[in-house]
Amino acid sequence: MIKLIPRVENSTLMVLLSPLLALTLTALSAYLIFIFVLVDIPVSSVFFTLFVEPLIDSYYFSELLVKAAPLMIIGLGLSIGFRAGIWNIGAEGQYVMGGIAGSAVGLYFYNVEALWLLPLMTIAGILGGMFYAGIAAFLRIKYQVNEILVTLMLTYVAVLFLSAMLQGPLRNPSGFNFPESRIFHDSAMLPIIWEGTRLHIGLIVAIILSFVAWFGIKKHMFGMQIKISGSAPRAAKFAGFDDNKTVWYSLLISGGLAGLAGLFEAAGPAGQLTPGLPQFYGFTAIIVAFLARLHPVGVLFSALLIALSYVGGENVQIEYNLPSSITQIFQGMLLFYFLACDILIKYKVILFKT
Amino acid sequence: MKYQLEISNILEVSNITKSYGDLKANDNVSLSIKDSSIHALLGENGAGKSTLVKIIYGSLTPDSGEMKWANNKYSPKSPFQARENGIAMVFQHFSLFESLTVEDNIILGLDGVGLNENFSEQIIKYSKQYGLDINPQQVVGDLSVGARQRVEIIRCLMQNPKLLIMDEPTSVLTPQEVADLFITLKKLAADGCAILYISHKLEEVREICSEATILRGGKLVQSCIPQEHSQKELAEMMIGKKLTELARTNINVGETIFSIDNLSRKSDDIYGVNLKNIALKMSKGSIVGIAGVAGNGQDELMELLIGEIPSPKAILNFNGQDIGLLNSHERRQLSMFFVPEERLGHGAVPDMSLDENMLLSRPDSTEMTSHDVIDWEKVAVHSKTVIDTFDVQTPSSRMLAKSLSGGNLQKFMVGRELIQNPELLIVAQPTWGVDAGSANNIHQALIELADKGSAILIISQDLDEILSLCEQIHVLSEGQLSDAVDMKSEGLEKISQLMVGGKV
Repeated sequence: MIKLIPRVENSTLMVLLSPLLALTLTALSAYLIFIFVLVDIPVSSVFFTLFVEPLIDSYYFSELLVKAAPLMIIGLGLSIGFRAGIWNIGAEGQYVMGGIAGSAVGLYFYNVEALWLLPLMTIAGILGGMFYAGIAAFLRIKYQVNEILVTLMLTYVAVLFLSAMLQGPLRNPSGFNFPESRIFHDSAMLPIIWEGTRLHIGLIVAIILSFVAWFGIKKHMFGMQIKISGSAPRAAKFAGFDDNKTVWYSLLISGGLAGLAGLFEAAGPAGQLTPGLPQFYGFTAIIVAFLARLHPVGVLFSALLIALSYVGGENVQIEYNLPSSITQIFQGMLLFYFLACDILIKYKVILFKT
Repeated sequence: MKYQLEISNILEVSNITKSYGDLKANDNVSLSIKDSSIHALLGENGAGKSTLVKIIYGSLTPDSGEMKWANNKYSPKSPFQARENGIAMVFQHFSLFESLTVEDNIILGLDGVGLNENFSEQIIKYSKQYGLDINPQQVVGDLSVGARQRVEIIRCLMQNPKLLIMDEPTSVLTPQEVADLFITLKKLAADGCAILYISHKLEEVREICSEATILRGGKLVQSCIPQEHSQKELAEMMIGKKLTELARTNINVGETIFSIDNLSRKSDDIYGVNLKNIALKMSKGSIVGIAGVAGNGQDELMELLIGEIPSPKAILNFNGQDIGLLNSHERRQLSMFFVPEERLGHGAVPDMSLDENMLLSRPDSTEMTSHDVIDWEKVAVHSKTVIDTFDVQTPSSRMLAKSLSGGNLQKFMVGRELIQNPELLIVAQPTWGVDAGSANNIHQALIELADKGSAILIISQDLDEILSLCEQIHVLSEGQLSDAVDMKSEGLEKISQLMVGGKV
């Protein structure tokens, strides 16, 4: 039989190494899978396309950063909420609602050329996400409804709401009835920071936000409040923190950031509102947050790693005709190995005879 | 041999050693218990009492050393074998099924031996013989803690033991119940059942035990006759250092600083206690005690006093200000401080460092935060002060709270509030789980604080603690707080009456 016994002390070295270890194990497992699955294609070249090409080819690398930006922004918000023990699983829904709200503002001022338009859309996007996550906060505080279920189920509502909007008020009047909005005007588009690519200012915003979040968590009582509420609710009351406020903060921040990411996606790479807005970023960001151990700066790196799996996965799909689910397999294995490593850091395995 | 020249030993334990890794829980410990005697096993937490008892009761096997039971070699492999030999044990935490009757519980504990139809008569027989008042048909869930202990004792007696081990039996009892228990124990000893009495309450040990074995840090300090030593000497043997005498130097009771006016609250928890019409007045410079058995509303009262639950208007008054609606942080700003009973998860966050835990209690006067921005250097200075002043054993203030022993964490928590020089300190179970030496230090610090003119409210189950520190004593029972007990005219008897709800 196997038994897990808590370790007296956790090794700091292993805590730092475990993401790398998880990555190595993922690569090894992927290698084994490829050996069995691939016919006529050398495993090494698939590996090259999957892991190396996105890093050395400038176009792929820019695409990697484009994908990493929303993951960073959403992952940051989630990591704050998760520290407080508030499980916002529906960032995808808040992302969609933020995208709709911000785009609606952009489309309303379709012919207006002005500097204030983009900031206004950004605010609308954040508010859209906040409002959507706020529903879960309200229900949890007022009626003790579990926020996991509410946020998750509202995601499906958001996706349907998006298609309703695109077939109704936000549809392009001269778009041959395709369920898509007009293409945004230049003032409503995010500035590009790398000429000739789709890389937009969202990446810089994400990096700034991550340092703001780091300060808030490390140096401000706000961070103490969410950490204490998450790990010892009674101690939070003893310290004088209002637990309802913790719920509001956690959901509004994670929802607002998800909304911001949604608007950035619409006003950035997409340039219009389409049914393809939801790209699973809201769910993938959960992996991003956990791989970073909920550390706001760590989120930047884990988002890059996950973005690599997106771009690499797409490339092998195109080049070798492999199924697109390779990306998900890769992400799933990564999270699995990471959690397994964490368990082994905290516990030691004892074998005993019954 | 037809008759014995001297009283023989029922149990002899020689040179027992038991290690856990590097830690020697028992290091060459010996002890002999005479027939029909009450023998005390004294020691602080971690002195090795439990390990030794578990070895005697067969739930642990020693690394070396041997035992003799009635002059025969004795090495039990399990508690079952110990019981077969005639050793019974009453644990500190009872193992009774609350939904079953007393009789069913006793039957279940008997390993199937000695069952017959007249079982409840037999229970009543023991109950009468030893003054263990019990009704076999009652459901255990309805019984008081004292009555449950009587059930446990009767269950042991059904096995006709030659040695009864009792682990801290009085920690949950009212003074009256303690007195009753002692009568029972003396009768049992007179009838030929030796008793191994584990305790750290020295007064009790001196009252009923004819011999005492003192352990410290896993080693035998000495075996002695407790009546030949003063309580202070015994305590010093137990902790291995000198104790300071507790005495108020300056009882200068001033004007009222804190009052509770007719506080009632229905508990949110169905198993909680409803507080009824609680009224209390405290003066500057006074130490007020609230005695009572756990689960009579202490937790609920503490939540309201800390401010975790707001109180209606015009009920809690501190220095002329209505504080009912203030949260705990706002109350601390006014110089009210609190030490809750529960350490991990309430007074401290287990998975955070001591530094971080300092911030649970952070009035602006400490300058640990300004506009909610944390100054970690200041925090470290304060936590170092607490650690040094209150002798908290820890390698650094970066250690996680959960890595400290209970007693050390308690010192940290009490110290954290004491360095703020509170005008009012409300503390639940200040020395719960703390060794005698540290308890002495904490008591000394509380007294010094009161001598300087602060008011202190102590909510404790430890009656000795309350009696030795407090000038004004109330009793909390079933959510009701008694008036102050006049110790000169009414005294202990009144307190124990109140502790069981006024019905004795």
